[in-house]
Amino acid sequence: MGEVMKPQQRQLLYAGLAVMLVIIWLFYSANGPQTTAVLAGTVRAATLLALGAMCGMIGERSGVVNIGIEGQFLLSAFAAFTIASMTGSLFMGTLAGIGMGLMMGWMLAAMAVGLKVDQIIAGTVLNIAALGLTSFFYDRSRSLGMGKYTNIDLGPLADIPLVGTVFFSRPPLTYLTMALLFVVHIALFRSVWGMRTRAIGEHPGAADTVGIDVLRLRYLNVTLAGGLAGLGGSYLALEAVGTFSRAMSGGRGFLALAVMIFGRRTPFGAYAAALFFGFTTALQNQFQLNNTFDIPPQFVGMLPFVVTIIVVALSGLVGSMRDPAALGQNYEKG
Amino acid sequence: MSRSILRTVAIPLVAVVLGLLIGAVLILSQNASPSTAYTALVVGGLGDADAVLRTLQKATPLIFGGLAVAFAFKAGMFNIGGQGQLLIGAVFAAGVGFGIDGLPMVVHLPLALLAGAVAGAIWGGLAGTLKATTGAHEVIVTIMLNFVAGNLTDWLSANPWKDNSGNNIVARTPLVEDSATIPTLGAVPVGFLLAVAAAATCWLVLERTTYGFEVRSVGHNRNAAQYSGIRVGWIMASTMAVAGMLAALGGAVESLGVDGRFEAGVNVGLGFEGITIALLARANPLGVIPAALLVGLMEAGASRMQFKAGVAPELIDVIQALILFFVAAPIIIRWLLRMRHDTSEQLQLGAGWGKS
Repeated sequence: MGEVMKPQQRQLLYAGLAVMLVIIWLFYSANGPQTTAVLAGTVRAATLLALGAMCGMIGERSGVVNIGIEGQFLLSAFAAFTIASMTGSLFMGTLAGIGMGLMMGWMLAAMAVGLKVDQIIAGTVLNIAALGLTSFFYDRSRSLGMGKYTNIDLGPLADIPLVGTVFFSRPPLTYLTMALLFVVHIALFRSVWGMRTRAIGEHPGAADTVGIDVLRLRYLNVTLAGGLAGLGGSYLALEAVGTFSRAMSGGRGFLALAVMIFGRRTPFGAYAAALFFGFTTALQNQFQLNNTFDIPPQFVGMLPFVVTIIVVALSGLVGSMRDPAALGQNYEKG
Repeated sequence: MSRSILRTVAIPLVAVVLGLLIGAVLILSQNASPSTAYTALVVGGLGDADAVLRTLQKATPLIFGGLAVAFAFKAGMFNIGGQGQLLIGAVFAAGVGFGIDGLPMVVHLPLALLAGAVAGAIWGGLAGTLKATTGAHEVIVTIMLNFVAGNLTDWLSANPWKDNSGNNIVARTPLVEDSATIPTLGAVPVGFLLAVAAAATCWLVLERTTYGFEVRSVGHNRNAAQYSGIRVGWIMASTMAVAGMLAALGGAVESLGVDGRFEAGVNVGLGFEGITIALLARANPLGVIPAALLVGLMEAGASRMQFKAGVAPELIDVIQALILFFVAAPIIIRWLLRMRHDTSEQLQLGAGWGKS
């Protein structure tokens, strides 16, 4: 699928971008430090959403809905935190998180592809199981003695005002996520694997007749995608927060699905949507910190979700949304 | 018992047994005794009149929540918004419960319940209407509405409706008036009876009315239903409104019959358990009752299990997930029981994802 936008949509996008840049510039010249803080917070919040959205999109491109991202985040964050705290190594923790994500991806595949469980139910099982397991095994006494991942300055790039701090002075997993956007984009739209993946999501029957093993590829993709959510879990526990707490994914696995849909199931589109959501979250935190406006924090807290509803409704009206044709349907070899 | 009923009950039953068995392994992994733990669980949920009351109280919002999911299932929609709908119902029922005084109970209590139900119907209906008019997927919209409801109810109970008695700093409403409190008959809370009545009504509406037939037609095949002249949009919107109303009634009963007020954070997660209940009941409104009683029993006994056997009460969540897994993947149980394959047993929702 070429992901061609209608001309008026493209114009709308560019107009929106231009307006945003002007607003950012205005704010930056008025209050530099606070604008930088909000935008840095935007990137911080966007990273997790982008990873979740990429996990979701690889599944959906192959025809498998994954509403278990929330659970994948949570259990991976738990594994990452526990292993990091046991070994004293953030790197080992990150690997454990990715490993747990792969395992949960595999479990989702085993249910949804192997056992032909309804895909939505399979995801729900993951979510409930993750919440139960992490609460059951949670050990309050654990902590990260060495602290969380710290920022790495990318040489002179980090010295650029605003942009440098926001994009080029970040912790390692954020950079990894940005790199993964390119990897996933190229893999999905420029590789044989990507073509086959999109084929089994659009018309598994036809893909089957040309010799693609639909079930095997779905198994593989859903498992691999779980690794991305696992990285998200590692990011959450080891880079964003620096600890584990009960239900810490806080609905962001679901939000990632919305981000994926806004982003039209493309990595860069999803990242743009993730930045938008991240922005509302960062704005909310900033509001709560300095009380410049007399808006109750609960109403600021609603903002990203209300905006999601409006955008989902509007994009439905505009009709730009088209799902992979075989999405949600389990494939039975005929 | 006829053969078909046996077949319907066999899978959930075996699923429960398997879930408990794996739960026992988890208990062993914590160096505790499964038999002590499960005995404490059952005694804590059935041991005496207090325990039974607790079980029935726990089961009540689960019945409402299970119905909220099951009813939407019937129209082919997945209502993950039970949590938000429950919160909305709980806060508005409490609002009317404490905000008005001087009314006799026969007026005040129904009015408070009605306030919760109507608020929930609007909350759920919003998702259904958006789905019907714009194609916005109800899974995403209801999830988002959960967060909005969480924030809204937090704000209501922390600001305009805050309990300002003494030096209270908690986000909660004042206690509801006696005239809006749901009474208890011995060990049976009246809220539980309401829940059972709601389940029976849902079954009647779905199986014995034209509206129910239309709902099920839309669930089976939306295009065919449209073609045969059923107003699909109206069915989707109204079904979600009914679902929202049911979940909200669960919240209203919590406020008026169990907690005596609305308190932010008390009901968190309760609304999601309706999903497990509905799946365990295979989306049958009457099946929701035993499913909710089972889970309610486990939840009522969980604290005793922790006290007697030192097992974290969250074990119940894990067992619920396992049961859900085995119910959703009946292929495993069929293989265990050497049952013949019957595709009608498989619940199917995912195919509706993203399609308007």
